[in-house]
Amino acid sequence: MCGTCGCGTDGNSPVIQMPKKHDHQHEHGHEHPHNHKHSHSHNHSHSHDHKHKVLQIEQDILQNNQVLASRNRGYFEAKNIFALNLVSSPGSGKTSILEKTLKDLKNDISFYVIEGDQQTLNDANRIDALNIPVIQINTGKGCHLESDMVYDAVKQLEIKNGSILMIENVGNLVCPSMFDLGENKRIVIISTPEGEDKPIKYPDMFHTADICIINKIDLLPYLNIDLEKLKQYALQVNPNLQFFEVSAITGEGMQAWYHWLKSNI
Amino acid sequence: MHELSIALGILKIAETETAKANAKKVELIELEIGTLAGIEFDSLDFIWPSAVKNTVLEHAHRKINIIQAKAKCIDCDHIYKINKYYDSCPICNSSFKGIIQGKELRVKLLEVT
Repeated sequence: MCGTCGCGTDGNSPVIQMPKKHDHQHEHGHEHPHNHKHSHSHNHSHSHDHKHKVLQIEQDILQNNQVLASRNRGYFEAKNIFALNLVSSPGSGKTSILEKTLKDLKNDISFYVIEGDQQTLNDANRIDALNIPVIQINTGKGCHLESDMVYDAVKQLEIKNGSILMIENVGNLVCPSMFDLGENKRIVIISTPEGEDKPIKYPDMFHTADICIINKIDLLPYLNIDLEKLKQYALQVNPNLQFFEVSAITGEGMQAWYHWLKSNI
Repeated sequence: MHELSIALGILKIAETETAKANAKKVELIELEIGTLAGIEFDSLDFIWPSAVKNTVLEHAHRKINIIQAKAKCIDCDHIYKINKYYDSCPICNSSFKGIIQGKELRVKLLEVT
């Protein structure tokens, strides 16, 4: 469904749009099946030898995603774009961290944002309010972004050389882990109310991430969570993880994260 | 439910290869899936019939070779079976390891007619 006007598109194909730039053209993403309810008479006979042919395929099922991800990566490299894929469960504060980061750094760094959600333009509108170029991908029923969606979105964004591209994935701690988007670094965000054992409950995401941001540390006095235990679990899954402990609301700990961002462009 | 994406990825490969071989349909499809590939086999079973309906794969027999994940310890070189990413080396207890198999997600072969 179109996030702006509510008119229908096929829920299975992603909709990519910019806030305030909706011109009411929807692609026709579904196919109409051609049902053969009648039979055709068939007057000649066939020799019927059922020749089975064995084809050795040995092909990765995610190969198409990988190929386009590599293409994205090459594009980012050529244009000196530092691309980040932000993943977390819904409600960990991906958009809040983004908003805070953009507000504080937008005078020093040129940012572009791709927002991924199943529905609505809400997140893109939040970023748009900061005057940062943003594009929303609505995946419909899809539970993750794939590299072809990012490829299409990047083409529309017309990113300047030397920028940071923030790709906020669909809030989901399982599926996005399998899909390389071509990002330079994958950032997994976990918030303190989620509990310390998230990394071992959802290990795939922590295994594939480079950076782990622990958000909502301002809530620590009210929670019964052992931060050291959380990090220990995460390091068991991925010994190379680097941590930032932040609160996007109070700004505590954000400087270390900013320093890391600046050191990468 | 990324298994739908996976099933559609398998279908795409099957359709391309069947067309290349000038065949009509797939009799047998053999997949290799590692235990750390992130596939929930029940979900794949659940989604399969709707993903392959009215396609070359509709009546194909599906065979899955499950590949047990193994890791090599970076600290002591010991090779061991792992069931979870956080399994540490049974010899030296290190968490530093390279996954040497178990992430496969591959169409191995097709038998077409």
